[in-house]
Amino acid sequence: MSLLDYFRISKVGTASVAKERLQILVAHERSSKNQPSYLPQLQKELLAVIQKYVNVGQDAISVSFEQDDDQETLELNIVLPDHK
Amino acid sequence: MARIIVVTSGKGGVGKTTTSAAIAMGLAKRGHKTAVIDFDVGLRNLDLIMGCERRVVYDFVNVINEEATLNQALIRDKNCNLLYILPASQTRDKDALSQEGVGRVLDELKKDFKYIVCDSPAGIEKGAHLAMYFADDAFVVTNPEVSSVRDSDRMLGLLASKSRRAEQNEEPINEFLLLTRYSPDRVKLGEMLSVDDVQDILSLHLLGVIPESKSVLNASNSGTPVILDEKSDAGQAYADIVARYLGEDRPHRFIEDKKGFFRKLFGG
Repeated sequence: MSLLDYFRISKVGTASVAKERLQILVAHERSSKNQPSYLPQLQKELLAVIQKYVNVGQDAISVSFEQDDDQETLELNIVLPDHK
Repeated sequence: MARIIVVTSGKGGVGKTTTSAAIAMGLAKRGHKTAVIDFDVGLRNLDLIMGCERRVVYDFVNVINEEATLNQALIRDKNCNLLYILPASQTRDKDALSQEGVGRVLDELKKDFKYIVCDSPAGIEKGAHLAMYFADDAFVVTNPEVSSVRDSDRMLGLLASKSRRAEQNEEPINEFLLLTRYSPDRVKLGEMLSVDDVQDILSLHLLGVIPESKSVLNASNSGTPVILDEKSDAGQAYADIVARYLGEDRPHRFIEDKKGFFRKLFGG
């Protein structure tokens, strides 16, 4: 950093932005890496079945897969519409 | 017992071949008989960095296809008689490598060498896969830059799932971080990811930091591994890395901005 730098308009470094973006991305890629390949298809078919009986939107269902040392958990979350 | 080291990164241009040449030379200079293999079939470059490009007669693919013996293909380094180079083929493509063939060559090398350094090509295709498949230790070369860090994380996933050790449920590959092209002054200004930032993301054991240095291009221009430039910062950084890998405790250098007061004041 030279003396001239002190007179430049101060700007926030971009390294912190890089770190934040990477942390989000890497966490996402690590979690999706271990997911079974049938997951997207499963989610699509489940949604179709539920839509036969309940009027829900495309994003009403979420499927997540978690893996611990000795067990695998498939978590299904379905948001039903409010009764009015 | 011989150890196989893979120098890998996923991303290209981060310093895999520079690192392979430097650490292979460093290990040999420390008295360990070492072989360094170029896995980048079709785009060989290790021979240039090692300065033996005019002495290549047979290559890795010739040995795999049993068109030449290992001894015919291995090139003894001109600077160190404990170091041998096995060049890649320039005229074939990556499919010329087979898992069985690579395994056979490595088994034969293991009888005679203490360290076998595998210089991986960029990418995650066959050459890169076979370079890391048989490894005991992995040097993950990373630049403090988003795409390099992401690709390194991807490589770590592959090391943990697609290697021989992973497939046979053996002890996992020892993974080490080598952060290259590091500029402490830019880190200080907040313009570059710091060592700590990269470690927060990758959670790897840091083997060393190689500063951005003119000596790396000088070394490749002349075909001598940068570790032989003992006065240079990059050369010393690689010597530290070799020593740490061999179990010595050396404090990390080149992480802090060491510029003098006057240079800071006037730039440069």
